[in-house]
Amino acid sequence: MYPDVVVVGAGVIGAACAHALTAAGCAVTVVDRGAPASGTTAAGEGNVLVSDKAPGPELDLAMLSRRLWPALADELGDIEWEAKGGLVVATTEAAAQPLLDFMRDQRAVGVDAREVPAGLVHELEPHLTRAVTAAVHYPQDAQLQPVLAATALLAEVTRRGGVIRPHTPVSTVDTGRDGRVRGVRVADGVIPCGAVINACGPWAGDFARAAGVPIAILPRRGIVLVTAALPLVVRHKVYDADYVGAVVSDDAALQTSSVVESTAAGPVLIGSSRQRVGFAERVDAHVLRALARKAVGLFPVLATVPVMRAYGGFRPYAPDHVPVIGPDPRLPGMWHATGHEGAGIGLAAATGRLIADLVTGAAPVIDLAPFRVDRPAVLEAA
Amino acid sequence: MKVTVDGVPTVARPGQTVAAALIERGQTSWRDTRIGGRPRGLFCGIGVCFDCLVVVNGVPDVRACQRVLADGDEIRTQRGAEL
Repeated sequence: MYPDVVVVGAGVIGAACAHALTAAGCAVTVVDRGAPASGTTAAGEGNVLVSDKAPGPELDLAMLSRRLWPALADELGDIEWEAKGGLVVATTEAAAQPLLDFMRDQRAVGVDAREVPAGLVHELEPHLTRAVTAAVHYPQDAQLQPVLAATALLAEVTRRGGVIRPHTPVSTVDTGRDGRVRGVRVADGVIPCGAVINACGPWAGDFARAAGVPIAILPRRGIVLVTAALPLVVRHKVYDADYVGAVVSDDAALQTSSVVESTAAGPVLIGSSRQRVGFAERVDAHVLRALARKAVGLFPVLATVPVMRAYGGFRPYAPDHVPVIGPDPRLPGMWHATGHEGAGIGLAAATGRLIADLVTGAAPVIDLAPFRVDRPAVLEAA
Repeated sequence: MKVTVDGVPTVARPGQTVAAALIERGQTSWRDTRIGGRPRGLFCGIGVCFDCLVVVNGVPDVRACQRVLADGDEIRTQRGAEL
């Protein structure tokens, strides 16, 4: 018999964990202090990317997730899954060779990455700036609508007999005399369980601390600009090669790097910004200006397009920029699934599968040692 | 003050928004949707929803509820998403 599981957090990570756990036969309750998919899941762009990851554990996770998402998308119905591919472009002479080197390393581990000859790049993206010095096409990059995906996963959990309890804050974890998890405390009592999955995204550090097992998970602010609906002017996920540098940076100050994509509804999403400002929800005009300026640099046609709105959110990151997936050795029955930073939508499918494998004792399909909870970057910084 | 709506000369009053002038002449829709071709006009009326988009002097995606008319403006129905 598998333990009854409470998943704390009804974002895409918690939803994917609950979906995989119920598929494996676990009885699952998902609780969230707010509405499902209303936090980080609602604040992203729906990226399912392999292109932005260097060879290493996160790329392994991304490749596994990329294999799992199409079947999930088939099962879940319309989640606006689009295998549109990514196009990474360098726009300076200095950025060209590092992009091509990055591509070569990725190809060596099985990423489908293709250098686009200068004469052909505008066949892929007719409106792209002429100032391209190198371009790489990543056919595996894809996109989905994160709120649709998370709510569809949760609907399937419900169909299998799982319980979703929105607007139910969890105060702490209840432990038995043997020191194991035996429930989670909510306002009206205790939900008994044998396992708790901490899928609280950027708030996972707070929940872990409340449970007495702190982990270092911090929020990293991001803001997205939304244009009015446009004809198809951006066909792929298009981003500047300096994006990878911004993702792996440890700098707390504002960093922006252009990421541009269309959505099924027509608006173009313009990212990306990274700031460490705690949970401050302010939307700064200077960030919006920087995003707009860089997007127009990639797609000059956007200069005259109206911006309809902007939204912001918080990415959950670990100090070493590697997700935290696995059991907490300090508290038997406590599991963490967080720290996916800006890649949680893409990485959710694999994370759910791996958590289900771990909880049910199945052999995980990839090595989980790099994601373990008891690594110095996660425990000592907490 | 004279403006045109889809080429038809129309009288407007100074200070009127595009949406006000269109509604005054009995028109409730001046755009259709990108995918279904369904009619759209004034919805929120305060510049938030971006539903009342219209082409003014060749510029698409102008919010009819926010744009104050100027003499000689050429208003044109917007067909889905235009660049």
